[in-house]
Amino acid sequence: MLTGGFADPIHDSQAAFRALLEATARPGTIVSLPPCDPPPPLPQAAAAILLALCDRDTPLWLDASFATRTVCEWLRFHTASPLVSDPADASFAFACADSAPFDALTPGTDEAPERSATLVLFVEGFVQGRVLRLSGPGIDSATLIPVDGLSEAFLGWRARNLALYPRGVDVLLITRTEAIALPRTTVVQEV
Amino acid sequence: MNTTSYTFAYLDEQTKREIRRALLKALAIPGHQVPFASREMPLARGWGTGGMQVTAAVIGRNDVLKVIDQGADDTTNAVSIRQFFSRVAGVRTTTRTEEATLIQTRHRIPETPLRPGQIMVYQVPQPEPLWRLEPSRAETRRLHALAEYGIMHVKLYEDIAQHGRITLAYDYPVLVHGRYVMAPSPIPAFDNPKLHRSPAIHLFGAGREKRIYAVPPYTDVISLAFEDHPFRPWKAEAACALCGSTESYLDEILIDDRGTRRYICSDTDWCERRRTRGKTA
Repeated sequence: MLTGGFADPIHDSQAAFRALLEATARPGTIVSLPPCDPPPPLPQAAAAILLALCDRDTPLWLDASFATRTVCEWLRFHTASPLVSDPADASFAFACADSAPFDALTPGTDEAPERSATLVLFVEGFVQGRVLRLSGPGIDSATLIPVDGLSEAFLGWRARNLALYPRGVDVLLITRTEAIALPRTTVVQEV
Repeated sequence: MNTTSYTFAYLDEQTKREIRRALLKALAIPGHQVPFASREMPLARGWGTGGMQVTAAVIGRNDVLKVIDQGADDTTNAVSIRQFFSRVAGVRTTTRTEEATLIQTRHRIPETPLRPGQIMVYQVPQPEPLWRLEPSRAETRRLHALAEYGIMHVKLYEDIAQHGRITLAYDYPVLVHGRYVMAPSPIPAFDNPKLHRSPAIHLFGAGREKRIYAVPPYTDVISLAFEDHPFRPWKAEAACALCGSTESYLDEILIDDRGTRRYICSDTDWCERRRTRGKTA
């Protein structure tokens, strides 16, 4: 339980954050996250995000498929984040692309839209699959990115989420070691 | 000061994590002010503690840091902050804009065009663009929530009615991504167009006021104006007395007791480099 974090917590956390900053600033850009060794089935990229950004101030919601006893113990040791059972209470939610509680997550309030959830979605890859056309802040005109393992439900929810702006949930799509960000401002269309 | 007695980049990890989360949310809501805890720094609030905390949360060992104060690399505030980070983070520093990966600034955007991969960090004294018009923060939060910016337009209109033009020369309000009115920090209005669809990331930190906000790359940043009174960035009608530049932002310098004045580039790196290329006044 006490192992499997970053080899160098200070610099690896910084590197992970910098990758996420770059990803959020340039939606659709694939970034690599520094290695760590979480207990299965928690993907390494999810663990890197948890180690870099989460602590006792960030309630977490985990998909049942991730929330094994070992994973929960590992999280308790490395992040001390409270685990919540209602996705509406989470500031970070970790889910598989086909079973995410999209509409249950909090989009923040009109006065404090930053108090919204960040949804970390585990997908199969960025090589094949649905081709998404992304536009919005951070993107010079538009960019295309294939995402394998995204459901129809995701696209419908993204459109509803966009209409809430400036409220809205921010998304990180992850594979085993990589991530792309789809902040709430990004317009996502299927090509 | 001994480097080994400080954690990397001075701030503790819990503080950095909180700032990092605020920065990611700030990028996701361009122009919106995100509250953060704002720690004590080893200099007084109002001297750039917000910018320093953002820099400390962002900086890594491979960064190359440039710090400018009113465009100059060699003023007290810039020198002190640069020294601080070379001591507590051991990073390489530079005065050359294109070499830097991270540029902390007080009140200027460099003349050398920014590129993708660069991050600007602004020291912000007053993050609330509506503060002179509405003293209550509870009320300004509400106005931002409602996108109710009538009072700002009335202020600009009154300027025109009284003076024939909008008289703001710095901290000129901008509309970001068509939604939030934002204070670009006290950069001259001359620099505002450099924020519009910039390829770099722009992060703003206000330490005393405990707010962080951001402008991602390629984001619309429009200076407020009227159709019949378009935005006109002002600069002195002169050429730099050292390098002869007519396109850069100029500082007015008094050089004797009789009020003789000269104009020189505010961006010292830009001016020096022009002179090394043989440009003179």
